[in-house]
Amino acid sequence: MAESIKLEVVTPAKYVVSEDVQIVMAPGTLGEFGVLSGHTPFLTSLKPGRIVYKDASGKEKMIFVSGGFSEALPDRVTILAESAERRRDIDIDRARAALERAEERLAQEKADKISFERAKAALYRAIERIKVAETRGL
Amino acid sequence: MATLKEVQQKISSVKKTRQITKAMNMVATSRLRGAQGAMEAFRPYAEKFSEVLGNIADKAGDDASPLLTPRDEIRRVNIVLMTSDRGLCGGFNINLIEAAEALMKEKISQGIEVSFTNFGKKGRDWARNNRHQIAKEHLGVVGGKIAFNIAATSGLELIEGFLDGSFDEVYVVYANFQGMAAQPPVLKKLLPIPVIESADAQADTDQAYLAEHIIEPSPDELLNEMLPKNVYIQIFNALLETSTSEHAARMKAMDNATKACNDMIESLTLAYNKARQAAITMELMDIIGGAEALKG
Repeated sequence: MAESIKLEVVTPAKYVVSEDVQIVMAPGTLGEFGVLSGHTPFLTSLKPGRIVYKDASGKEKMIFVSGGFSEALPDRVTILAESAERRRDIDIDRARAALERAEERLAQEKADKISFERAKAALYRAIERIKVAETRGL
Repeated sequence: MATLKEVQQKISSVKKTRQITKAMNMVATSRLRGAQGAMEAFRPYAEKFSEVLGNIADKAGDDASPLLTPRDEIRRVNIVLMTSDRGLCGGFNINLIEAAEALMKEKISQGIEVSFTNFGKKGRDWARNNRHQIAKEHLGVVGGKIAFNIAATSGLELIEGFLDGSFDEVYVVYANFQGMAAQPPVLKKLLPIPVIESADAQADTDQAYLAEHIIEPSPDELLNEMLPKNVYIQIFNALLETSTSEHAARMKAMDNATKACNDMIESLTLAYNKARQAAITMELMDIIGGAEALKG
């Protein structure tokens, strides 16, 4: 039985998670990574995606984060995200609407570079959000 | 001498005003609680962020980001002025506007062009009435529930404006919530980002830790990603503080107004009683006079 590690997911609005967990998986900009107790100090930015962790009883849980960054220390993982939602809190209709909007914007060819990048980011966020919301059994 | 009826009407009108000010006071009290809650909830994020940012800034090069570099020649300045949308909150908005005006005059006297980014209707109206240049206005934000998105969107606009040369410096004027009694206006430079100090108090414990940190991607890249966020955080924080201050100022103003109503009612009641007494005395004198006359 692995030792537990403290996971904290913080957004500007609230603490989303603060609990002892067994393992955390998070989407780093350079690739997904997992953290167990005793991890070497590690700091990375995150891309939009899902954080998966096993709580103390071994149950797997999933959270959507819209990017941010994460600091891992031997005994704790802190994730700072602009927004983070548990699976049950995701507004799937809104995410689908955002997806459509982003697709429309990407389809317009005259869009300049900045708004193209923004639309791409919005599209990516929406896709990840829907993925998390549609995952079953967690 | 006012007639009885006039005094009575006056009393009832002041009582109605008192009802309104009391109600506004109660509304402000409950909104204040909400706003303070939002400030509390934001603190852990802000603290952790600045801790990490301070440490990263130490590791990254000095010229890692254009957001850190001051311009040699300053021609255009943008002032982000945060006020409330609504009045009836004492000198709250006036204080903020005066702080912004002082800064504006100082800049103009140096031959610098000044534009405003307005949060809140009161500041917007002031800028518009005085024909100052308004780069962007955001109404219906201060005083309500503030989403981080709003801070991020307007922060991004300011950063883009800074990078494309529309502004050489960006300042923010907001109310610092120091407690129920004091919400002084504060002036902060937003861009270029002032030198970031690392969390010195914790240097002994954390520095050793950070020496071993693996940082992904490189410190410079991570810093570049964090600096804009730092701007958003500053704006968000300023918005939260201004909102909380607005409610506190309104609570105080309404409290004073209610007290003034009480005083007025008291002195009016006194006047009313006096007038009533005088009327009774007059009537008595009439009756007595009549009785005396009958006696002959």
